[in-house]
Amino acid sequence: MSSQPKIEIQDLRLSYGVREVIHGISFAIREHEIFGIIGPAQSGKTSLLRCINRTIEFNPAATVSGTVEVDGENVQKVKNVYELRRKIGMVAPLPVGLPLSIYDNVAFAPRCAGMKSRSDLDGLVEKCLRQAALWDEVKDRLDSLGTKLSGGQQQRLTIARALSHQPEILCLDEFSIAIDPVTTMRIEDVLKELRKEMTIILVTNLTQQARRLADRTMFLWNGDIIELDTNDVIFGEHPKDQRTADYVLGIFG
Amino acid sequence: MQTSVTNQRSPAPGRAAATRMKQRRGRLAMLGERAIEALIHLCGYSAIIFVFGIFFFVFREGAPFLAKLKPGEFLFSIDWFPTSQTNAKYGVGALIVGTLSVTGLAMVIAVPFGLGAAVFVSEFCTGKTKETLKVVIELLAAIPSVVWGFIGLTVMAPIIIKTFHVPIGVNMFNGALLLALMSVPIMVSIGEDALKAVPDSFREAGIAMGATRWQLIWRVLLPAAKNGLLAAALLGVARAIGETMAVLMATGHSVRIPHSIFDPVRTLTATIAAELGETSKGSDHYQVLFLIGILLFSITFVVNLTADLIVKGIKQK
Repeated sequence: MSSQPKIEIQDLRLSYGVREVIHGISFAIREHEIFGIIGPAQSGKTSLLRCINRTIEFNPAATVSGTVEVDGENVQKVKNVYELRRKIGMVAPLPVGLPLSIYDNVAFAPRCAGMKSRSDLDGLVEKCLRQAALWDEVKDRLDSLGTKLSGGQQQRLTIARALSHQPEILCLDEFSIAIDPVTTMRIEDVLKELRKEMTIILVTNLTQQARRLADRTMFLWNGDIIELDTNDVIFGEHPKDQRTADYVLGIFG
Repeated sequence: MQTSVTNQRSPAPGRAAATRMKQRRGRLAMLGERAIEALIHLCGYSAIIFVFGIFFFVFREGAPFLAKLKPGEFLFSIDWFPTSQTNAKYGVGALIVGTLSVTGLAMVIAVPFGLGAAVFVSEFCTGKTKETLKVVIELLAAIPSVVWGFIGLTVMAPIIIKTFHVPIGVNMFNGALLLALMSVPIMVSIGEDALKAVPDSFREAGIAMGATRWQLIWRVLLPAAKNGLLAAALLGVARAIGETMAVLMATGHSVRIPHSIFDPVRTLTATIAAELGETSKGSDHYQVLFLIGILLFSITFVVNLTADLIVKGIKQK
C-alpha cells in the first residue's frame, strides 16, 4: 500500500447553524481499503461523506472548518469541484433512480464529463452494469425507465451510476437498508471485487456488515470518533473503548 | 365474539342507555357523513353540469344559423362583412388565423420566459429574493386585462413604432407581447410547483455525480418535472386563447391575414366582444357570433385534450 493516505481529514468541524454535529475529528483512509464507519443515527456519518465531496455546500446553514484532503489536495481549494465529485462515487441510503432510462441513468455522469461517442458510452454502461451485478437483468430493456425497476435493482443501478464516472473512491451510505438480504450479499460480493480498483468507504448501521467487509472500522458517536482500528480489534474480544464493545454487541445504541 | 353478542342483547340498564346513545350518535354521524359525501359529489359533478350547460346555451343561440351555413365558407373564407345590408358575409378564416397567430407568437415569447423564470425562482433563488420574486410575479397576474390593453395602446404602441419603424403600433406583436406578459405569471407559479415537487435526492444524486448546475437542470430536473411544466405551458396557452380585452385594444382589430408580425389582426374573442352589443337578438349576425363562441370552445377543448394525451403518453413511456 502506498504511503500517502487516499483521504486525510484534519480537525474537521461541521455545524448546522449553531449546532455542532462533528466535533473536530481527524483520521486517514488508506488507498484500496474498505473503511467501515459505524455508529448510531445522528452521529454525523452522512454529513462526513458530504464534507468529502463538498455537497455539504448546498446546505446554506452548514459551516465547515478543518481540512479534508483527497490525494494530498485540500478539497476546499480544488478548482474543478465537478472533477472532484466525479472522483468520488456516492451511493445514497434509498435508491434514487433518476427519471431517465436505465441507459441514461448510467450514462449521465460520463455525459456530464463530456463523453459523447455512442460506442464508448455503450461499453461503459455495460461494464458498470456488470460490475453492479445488474447487467443480466436489464440488458434487454436498457431503454425502459430506471424508476420502474424494483428497489434492489434500483439500488444496484445507483451503484452502477456511481461507478460510471470511474471513481477512485466509492462511498456507500447505508446502501442496504432498502434491499433484501440476498441482494445485499450480492452487492457485498461486488464490493469485495471493486476494492482492487478503488477505495471504499462503507457507512453502515449493520455492525455485522462492517465486520464482514471492512479492513478497518471507525466508530463514530455524536460527532466524535470513539475508536478507529482494524476489524480484529474493533470486533475482537477487547476493543480499547468499552462503548465500542457495547455497541458492537448491541448492548446499547 | 360470542360474549359480545350476548352483551348487546341483554345489557345492564346503565349500559343500555350508553349503547343507545352511541347508536344514535352513530346514526347521526352516518347521516352527516352521507350528506357531506353527497355535497362533495355535487361539487364534482357541478363542473360537468356547468360545462354542458354553457355549451348547451351557446349552442342553442347559434344553432339556427347552422342550417344556412356552408361550413367550408364559414371556416376558410376571409370575408367578414356581417353588417352589409345587401351581401352579408360570415367568413371567420382571418379571425381564426388572427387568434392562432397572436396566441402562437405570445407562446413563443412566454414559454421560454415563463419556464426560465420558474427554473430561476425554484433553483437559483433562496430566502427573501425568492419570496419577493414570487409575490411580484403573482402581482402581475392580478392586473386586469383592460389595464394591459391600455398599456398596449398608450405605452407599447409608440415604442413599437419607434423601435421597429412600422406604421402601426397596435398590431399582432403588441397583442402577443401583452398576452405573453399575462400568461407568464401562471406559468411561473405552476412551473415552480412542478420543480419543487422533484425530490431533493435527485438533485443530490446529480450533483454528487459531478453535474454542473446547468447539467443538473437540463438533464435531471426538466425531465423529472416535464409533466408539470407542460401543464404550466398549456394553461398559459388556454389563458392566451381566451383573452379578449387586451387583444381587442392592442391588436389593431382589423380583419386580414397578417403577412408580418407587425400587421394588425383581429381575434375571435375580440370580434364577439366588439360586435355582440350591436346585433339584434336572433339575427344572423348574432347567431354567427355564438357559432364563433362554439368554435373557441372547440379550440380550447382540443388544446386540453392534446395536453391530456401528451401527458398520458409521457407517463406510459
